[in-house]
Formats: sequence, C-alpha cells, structure tokens
Amino acid sequence: MKARIASGLVPFLGLVLLWMLIWGEFTWLSLLTGVVLSLLVSVAFYLPAVALSGRLNILRALAFAGRLLVDIVLASLQIAWTAVNPRYRPSNAIIAVPLRTRSDLVMTFTAEAVSLVPGSIVLDVDRETATLYLHALNVRSVDDVPALKRSVLATERRLILAAGSADDLARLREAEAAGGSDAPGSVRREGGAA
Amino acid sequence: MNPIDLGFDLRDVITAVLVLLAALMCFAAGVGLIRFPDVLSRLHAATKPQILGIMAIVADVAVTNPSVGTITLAVAIIVFQSLTAPVSAHMVGRAAYRTNHFRRDILVLDELTAQSFEQAHAPREIPPIDQVKG
Repeated sequence: MKARIASGLVPFLGLVLLWMLIWGEFTWLSLLTGVVLSLLVSVAFYLPAVALSGRLNILRALAFAGRLLVDIVLASLQIAWTAVNPRYRPSNAIIAVPLRTRSDLVMTFTAEAVSLVPGSIVLDVDRETATLYLHALNVRSVDDVPALKRSVLATERRLILAAGSADDLARLREAEAAGGSDAPGSVRREGGAA
Repeated sequence: MNPIDLGFDLRDVITAVLVLLAALMCFAAGVGLIRFPDVLSRLHAATKPQILGIMAIVADVAVTNPSVGTITLAVAIIVFQSLTAPVSAHMVGRAAYRTNHFRRDILVLDELTAQSFEQAHAPREIPPIDQVKG
C-alpha cells in the first residue's frame, strides 16, 4: 500500500514542482494552483503507475548526473568535430546491449541517458530481456564494440546504484561476480525465461 | 545583484564563452545534417550537439540575469529538453530502421538483425505495466 501511494505521489509532486518552476516563484498561490492543475492533469491524462524502487542514494545520483554532464560535453565536442572533419568517413554500428535490470524505470532512464549522450541513439528496446538496440556513430571496427557496450552497462550500473531496487542491486552484483562485465553481450540471453 | 569588480564585467566574459560554444554546436549540427550519409547518422547531428548548445545558452541567461524566476525556468527548460530530445530521436530512428531508410554498407555490425528483430517483436504475453503491489 505504501509503495502504491508513493508511486502515485512522486509524479504528482513532480508536476506541482514543475508548475512552480515555470512560474519562477514559490508562493502559496503557485502551490495551490499547481496542486489543482496536477490533480486535473493526473485525472484527465491517466497513466499506469510506475513501479518505483523506493530507494534513492543522493550521492550516487549526483555522481550519475555529474558523469552524464561530462559525457554530454565531451561527446558533443566529438560529434561536432566529426561533422566538420574534412577527412570524415562514415562507419557506424548497431549493437545489442542486454541490461541487467528488470525494472522498467531503470531501463527507461538508461535508454534516456544513453540517447542523451551524443553518438548513440536507442533504435529499439526488447522489454522482456531488457535489451537496448543502439545505433552508434563512428565505430571504426568490431573491436570498438565491447568498450561501447561496457560504457552503456556502466551507465546502467550508476543508475542502479543511485536508485535501483534491492533486487536490481543483487542482480548487478551477481552479474559482476560472474564476470559478466568483461564481455557483455557475447552470450545473449535466450528469451528471459529466468 | 552587483557584478564582481574585476576591472571588467565577468558576466560579459561568461556570456561570450557560452554563446560562442552554443553557436559552434548549432553550426556543427547544421554541417553534420548535410554531411552525414544517412538518416540514422543525421539524427545524431540533428538532436545531439544542440543539447549542449541549449544548456550553454540557458546557463548564460541564468548567469547574466540571476533571479529566482530565471534560474527555475532554466532548470525546467534543461530538464525537459533532456527528457524529450532522446524520445524524438528514438521514434525517428526506429521508423527509419523499420522502413530501411539507412545505409547498411557503412555499418560495421548490425545486431538488430531480422532474426533478433522477429524474436523481439513476436507476439507474446506481456506482463502488465502496473506491477506495484501494496
């Protein structure tokens, strides 16, 4: 019951906060109108509840955000250089990255974060096996692919450490203990019956 | 807000750097849009460098006009740009892949092959999204 209330309350409070951010003032009036509008929006545009993990490590979340910002800056400069480089030769790849999480939320945020960093776009998602299919720019050869997959898994790892469920944390530890991070994706999971 | 007295206005310098960075990013995005060979590559140029560009411009506005209203609005703009840009890139990319509007000859590897695609999209029992148990 607690989880159900929390998973409804968090997006609601997010909407109220957004309303106050847009008005740029934290007053009783903006709070009140925000609450009324958020109620209206969440009733009129009803969405299925999101399963929140109920865990948030602020330091890890800051580390995730900081690393994301650094990645965005570096990769943006890199793509910008690629675009104007006179000796640019196109060479891309589409790779499959099986994630370790079983949470829709972590999977979505991993896909968002990976897409936000220039150089990779999520083309398709297999929800049952939590596999992301990415289009990556500037992949010179197949040898570059493992490093790319490791960086996606590292993003997922930072997210799980920041806000993943205990279940996901255990799965992460298990996968790392099994040496899954050495050659991610070399053994593709079948179906996801487990 | 009083500018810090350094003999010159520090905020002018910050403005110059950030706006120049943003302009360079938008320029690179435009060049990439023309030079990159297929839809999927162009998506990278069209959606990505401008994220850094808009961050720089919005940060500049927040620095030069530091009131609560501007800063909160800046935060909202960055958050929503960051959340929505990948989604549109994903939708266009997915459509381009499914309709074969991309060049296979410049791919060194394609793990989203017909087989894994079929496997991924075969009709099956999909668990309900609402898995929250009280």
